Amino acid sequence: MLTSYPILSTLIWLPILGGLLVLFAGRNNESVAKWLSLIVAGLTFILSIPLITQFNYSTAQMQFVEQMAWIPMFNVQYFLGVDGLSMPLVLLTTFTQVLVIASAWDVIKERVEQYMGAFLIMGGIMVGVFTALDSILFYIFWEALLIPMFIVIGKWGGPRRVYATMKFFLYTFFGSVFMLVSFLYMYWQIGSFSILDFQNMPLSMNAQILIFIAFLLAFAVKIPMFPVHTWLPDAHVEAPTAGSVVLAAIMLKMGGYGFVRFSLPVTPDASMELDWLVIALSLIAIVYIGVVALVQSDMKKLVAYSSISHMGFVTLGMFLVYDIMQNHGTLAGAAMGMEGAMVQMVSHGFISGAMFLAIGVLYDRMHTREITAYGGVVNKMPWFVMFAVLFAMANSGLPGTSGFVGEFMVIIASFKANIWYGVLAALTLIIGAAYTLWMVKRVFFGAVTNEKVEQLQDLNKREFAIMATLAIAVIALGVFPGPLMEVMHTSVENLLVQATTSKL
Amino acid sequence: MNFVIPSFAPAIPEIVLLVLASLILVADTFWSKRYPNATYYAIQATLIIVAYLILSSFSTERIFTFNDSFVRDTFADVLKLFTLAVSFGVFLFAREYLLQHKFVSGEFFVLGLFGVLGMFVMISASNFITLYLGLEIMSLAMYAMIALRKDDAQAVEAGMKYFVLGALATGMLLYGFSMLYGATGTITFSTMQSVIASGQADGIVLAFGVVFVVIGLAFKMGAVPFHMWMPDVYHGAPTAVTLYLGTAPKIAGFAIIYRLLYEAMPGLVADWQQLVIMLSILSMVIGAVVAIAQDNLKRMLAYSGIGHIGFLLLGVLAATEDGFSAAMFYVIVYAITGVAGFGIIVALSRKGMEFDRVADFKGLNQKNPWLALMMLIIMFSMAGIPPFIGFWAKILVIEEVVAAGFTWIAVIAVITAVVSAFYYLRVVKAMYFDQSEIAGPVEIVSPQLHWALSFVAILLLALGIMPSSLINLAYLSI
Repeated sequence: MLTSYPILSTLIWLPILGGLLVLFAGRNNESVAKWLSLIVAGLTFILSIPLITQFNYSTAQMQFVEQMAWIPMFNVQYFLGVDGLSMPLVLLTTFTQVLVIASAWDVIKERVEQYMGAFLIMGGIMVGVFTALDSILFYIFWEALLIPMFIVIGKWGGPRRVYATMKFFLYTFFGSVFMLVSFLYMYWQIGSFSILDFQNMPLSMNAQILIFIAFLLAFAVKIPMFPVHTWLPDAHVEAPTAGSVVLAAIMLKMGGYGFVRFSLPVTPDASMELDWLVIALSLIAIVYIGVVALVQSDMKKLVAYSSISHMGFVTLGMFLVYDIMQNHGTLAGAAMGMEGAMVQMVSHGFISGAMFLAIGVLYDRMHTREITAYGGVVNKMPWFVMFAVLFAMANSGLPGTSGFVGEFMVIIASFKANIWYGVLAALTLIIGAAYTLWMVKRVFFGAVTNEKVEQLQDLNKREFAIMATLAIAVIALGVFPGPLMEVMHTSVENLLVQATTSKL
Repeated sequence: MNFVIPSFAPAIPEIVLLVLASLILVADTFWSKRYPNATYYAIQATLIIVAYLILSSFSTERIFTFNDSFVRDTFADVLKLFTLAVSFGVFLFAREYLLQHKFVSGEFFVLGLFGVLGMFVMISASNFITLYLGLEIMSLAMYAMIALRKDDAQAVEAGMKYFVLGALATGMLLYGFSMLYGATGTITFSTMQSVIASGQADGIVLAFGVVFVVIGLAFKMGAVPFHMWMPDVYHGAPTAVTLYLGTAPKIAGFAIIYRLLYEAMPGLVADWQQLVIMLSILSMVIGAVVAIAQDNLKRMLAYSGIGHIGFLLLGVLAATEDGFSAAMFYVIVYAITGVAGFGIIVALSRKGMEFDRVADFKGLNQKNPWLALMMLIIMFSMAGIPPFIGFWAKILVIEEVVAAGFTWIAVIAVITAVVSAFYYLRVVKAMYFDQSEIAGPVEIVSPQLHWALSFVAILLLALGIMPSSLINLAYLSI
């Protein structure tokens, strides 16, 4: 390994310890809390860059591995590593963390140090989720994340925040405990908690089905899939802007990551057996939730539903593998669906984050998210609207933006699997454009009807910088998706082999 | 018949404890007027001396003495050390409460010390008589402690309830003992084990005895459906006493479960396993569901304690050595967490303000963020959320249940864990999201207690991150 320091541990513990430091050092001094947080977040991002520069594209093996015994009695290890599937998500996390800290700069007035500290701690924990290769370590990060998020939504959220945060916590906790039982069952079978060992162990069909369902509960709640998605609109609407950004940009990805790290490789036969279930739920999410988004009157809720619909693409792309293989006998098209799903995750991280930040910008000025309260914003905030419309276009999948790449790949793959999947999935291009553009029309364009809109100020430098960064990311990924796919390629191929090799 | 003088050496800690406790009892009547703190310091010193005696003769093999009625082994030594540590913490917290509430403190500490002696005898029991003796020493001390405030009707009622139900439980236990004695002709655990294994004892009488013994144990531990006394007693007793009741005695209770079920009656697994499964599932479910409706924190913690006993019994029902190790780990963690959980109520309560309602914790984060953080750690640890030690306690017992082939029980257990998370979250919600209803600052008056509480809470986090040594200890001592 070229790095001289344990890079993954640094990315996990630097923000966590930095967050604790912020909690104590910034107690009575807001600017100390803010600057310290920004320095920690920025440093974490800079330190995460070697992950790209030193990444080995030609192997599906885990890289930057750190492994040591943690609880020898139960063979629990402190075992970290990344491959092409998780590396982009780690970078997405460290990148988003900087934006999140910056976005809260002038907005949060109450207990700034707790707010900033909570987000830094969350950042470290999320990197932990994406890099843990020991299932218990994974589970610990996965659950520990709930604590700061619970506090953030409940403390700085909107009027129904307590209801929303309780629902968020209990839903996710309920989903994940079954995953824990599955881990324990597999440990009992093979005496190891390593995820890599889980991927290689033989499992009977019955066990696989039960484990698959347990995983599905955990990941479907998190990603979220219809019909266990109902916590998401509540949590999003009530969460403060940065909370929504972290939820949408990263936490939802944990569910998708779970499918590729656990469900497909650990229970391939059950995945094949039950892929119809996931595909059906995904298609329902894409179409039905898209229609639900159309009628929302709250902007955040609209974007929240649109997130669920977009996550439908992720799960669809992942589980098309089996149909494609049956139809064509090869994995050629399947890689397209899987890579599309992965690209969609990263792209959605940027776009949804950007959308929530844009809504946050409006909310900070007007203190309402009702679409009807706006109209003609473009007259007062031209710069802002330029960015917002770009993100909205990306959200509806305009070619040239990152939103297009993933959706397009998944749609092509679904035509290969089954023409009807393709038709239904492609409907989203219409529905997505409909709800997004209709919102754009009502909020940004038209005549100014509200006096308050008349007094709006355009973006300040800080907001401009955040928006511009995201805009560059969205366009860059839309125009040059190649490097990202290259990172994933070997790992995706390997995953497809694992997902189609029977373990019976 | 020759009279052989038994070896006293293995029982030195108990003997020293008894002698010192008796001396302090007498001395307290003389010095309590002039030196009100003397009893407290003498008690704590006694605990330290006894801990030193155990550590200096730490036993790695099993030594029987007093005609096989008393056993000293690693299991006993480890549990005794934890009993001492937990009791040390309990007395530390209790003292402040007694000072604040101005009630006579000497008896409290002396009775507490006798209770510890009872726990020691229980932990080291290797026949029915010793076990019964230990149980009664402990229980009598506790009955008196609950009713120590003669003018408090609620406390007296709680003491009465505990006494009557405790006596009933003891009766059950003794009845079961007599059955087992009748069937096997022995009261010593090791002999009983071989008699049962030889198959010469009458199966029906044995089964009958086992049922009564398990019921008696369930009463003492507060497992559903024999739990009704727990919420009333925990609620009615002065908080300092609740703190005492809810922590160290559970360790001793676990010890006798282990001695009876695993050392004396492993041959009757088929009989007691079914019972323990029922007790465990019912306790987890009732503990989780009923706690939701409680507004009083002591009552809530009582129901949460019932749920914890259900989890503890998961390790027992696995009926394996590792299962009991996991349960031992669980009970140690539970006792430590209990010290912190009841300790914070004790530490915050003052004259005219018990601070035992969930509503009292509202807005704590505004008034005292450090305390709120400590309480958050305690609550999440009890709920079994990582990275706190309570998570490891739960995961280990669930793992042992899965390993014993009862995956369906593990599923029920995790569902109840989710349900119980709700009421722990309610406390966190009150602290972080609600506005305070209390005028003036909320803080722990004594800096000593402030640090003690912070120490225990941070210990929950530190052990959660580095649980290995404690796990090894539990697994190597059985």
